[in-house]
Amino acid sequence: MSMIRKSMPSGHDTMGGNRFSLATNAERVCAEIMLKIKSSTMRNLIAAGLIACTTPACAASEADFKTAYAAAEAAEKEAGALRNQWTTTEAMLTAAKKAAEASQFDQAVASSKEAEALAKASIFQATSEKQRWKDLEIR
Amino acid sequence: MASTIRVRATSNGDITEVQALVQHPMDSGFVKDAKGEIIPPHFIQQLTFEYDGKAVFVADWGAAVSKDPYVKFSFKGGKKGDDLKIGWVDNKGATDTTTAKIQ
Amino acid sequence: MIMRVAISFVSAALALAALAAPPAIAADTPNPAADATAFQKFFTNKFPKLKPEDFVNGPYSMNEDLHRQWEEKEQFPPYEFALETGKEMFATPFKNGKTYGDCFPDKGIGIRQNYPYFDDKEGKVITLELALNRCREANGEPPFSYVKDEMASLTAYMAFTSRGKPFDIKIPDDPRALEAYQKGKEYFYTRRGQLNFSCATCHVQAPGERIRAEILAPALGILNAMPIYRSEWSGMGTISRRFTTCNSQIRGVPLSPQDEEYRDLEYYLSYVSNGLPISGPGARP
Repeated sequence: MSMIRKSMPSGHDTMGGNRFSLATNAERVCAEIMLKIKSSTMRNLIAAGLIACTTPACAASEADFKTAYAAAEAAEKEAGALRNQWTTTEAMLTAAKKAAEASQFDQAVASSKEAEALAKASIFQATSEKQRWKDLEIR
Repeated sequence: MASTIRVRATSNGDITEVQALVQHPMDSGFVKDAKGEIIPPHFIQQLTFEYDGKAVFVADWGAAVSKDPYVKFSFKGGKKGDDLKIGWVDNKGATDTTTAKIQ
Repeated sequence: MIMRVAISFVSAALALAALAAPPAIAADTPNPAADATAFQKFFTNKFPKLKPEDFVNGPYSMNEDLHRQWEEKEQFPPYEFALETGKEMFATPFKNGKTYGDCFPDKGIGIRQNYPYFDDKEGKVITLELALNRCREANGEPPFSYVKDEMASLTAYMAFTSRGKPFDIKIPDDPRALEAYQKGKEYFYTRRGQLNFSCATCHVQAPGERIRAEILAPALGILNAMPIYRSEWSGMGTISRRFTTCNSQIRGVPLSPQDEEYRDLEYYLSYVSNGLPISGPGARP
């Protein structure tokens, strides 16, 4: 699939690869990880970004936050073992903690889930790049 | 202590070309440090080059000039072996001067 | 008849086994010499007007206007202060009376082009920055930060004493050295960070092109000018500083300076630039 945009270097790519812009690179990785997330609820949450729950029935609790945050932290730890953490994941984890400290648990949960998704995307990146790096190699 | 001013002046007979590199933090006063506190303004306010008792180049600087400023200019006259005097004053009242021979 | 069937069965089985068996020369055995030739050829083909040694000037060889400005600036380079400081530091003895020169061959003068090297006793890549800190610690001095001015000044001076000498990185006939080289190569081409960039994305796919307002340098010769005074930093930067900041720029959490990945990366990048002259310390936009 060609994702050549006018603003990026065009013309014959001697590497035989695709030229990616910043956004399409990030989008492609995120898109692939999203396909892997089976739960549609998770997908919707992520796709919609930060969803604030407006009815008392679905308000998040501190316990919800702790669960979500633990999951995000675990994923980020795994990414760390793969030596491939993203700065944006770290920032999102910090934001989640900050929201929880201010008792804004809906926000905190949403941020935690986004952090988890980012961490999972970085894991996917590290794992797939184990083979894919060869595509870029000068031979 | 080594001078903060590095200067090279070369004369081709008619015109003398001067290059100078001045070591100075040139803090604008708008930048914050790692703790989030403003780094106070500390910059050269005036830089003067004198030849034969007369100022041949005067710069009035402010916060917009970056760290370790580099200056290049030419002036008419100036003979090989003559002195070129350079001096600066900053907003804290500190000064430095040096004298270089025109090559 | 049974014999013939048996023979044909056996030969069929052998044929299948031959197909399934790994090739005699594994495609994955690194061949650094071939890599280096291909690497240099890639860039000289891409920029036929440049001489091989021009590549050490990075973006300045990629853009005429930049080149002109740089030539002027080199008459009075911004790294001069760091270079002078480095010379002084290098000559100043430690508290125990020994000097940096005592830690290095040839008293540490004119040796920068041999770094990094593979230490077979320790089984790891030793870079110049690492060697300098080890020298300090061996003589009872605290190590310098790899990303701050002191290390930059020292390496600036040592690079300066090697100016013009071609990179001469050796990969000994040791599987661990080959592995370190290969890991460095893999790091170079692996995409990372949320922006999904590898080193190659900018420095192989787009040298001479712009990323925002900056003109990208080619990967060939990219370490030859280190350490550099970067106008963007208003100061000097070591190889460690550049690696870590490149990582964070593509939204990847940087590893610690002089971590194995970075040392292996420096090993790879230096090796494939063998033959190109040391031009450090340098200046960059």
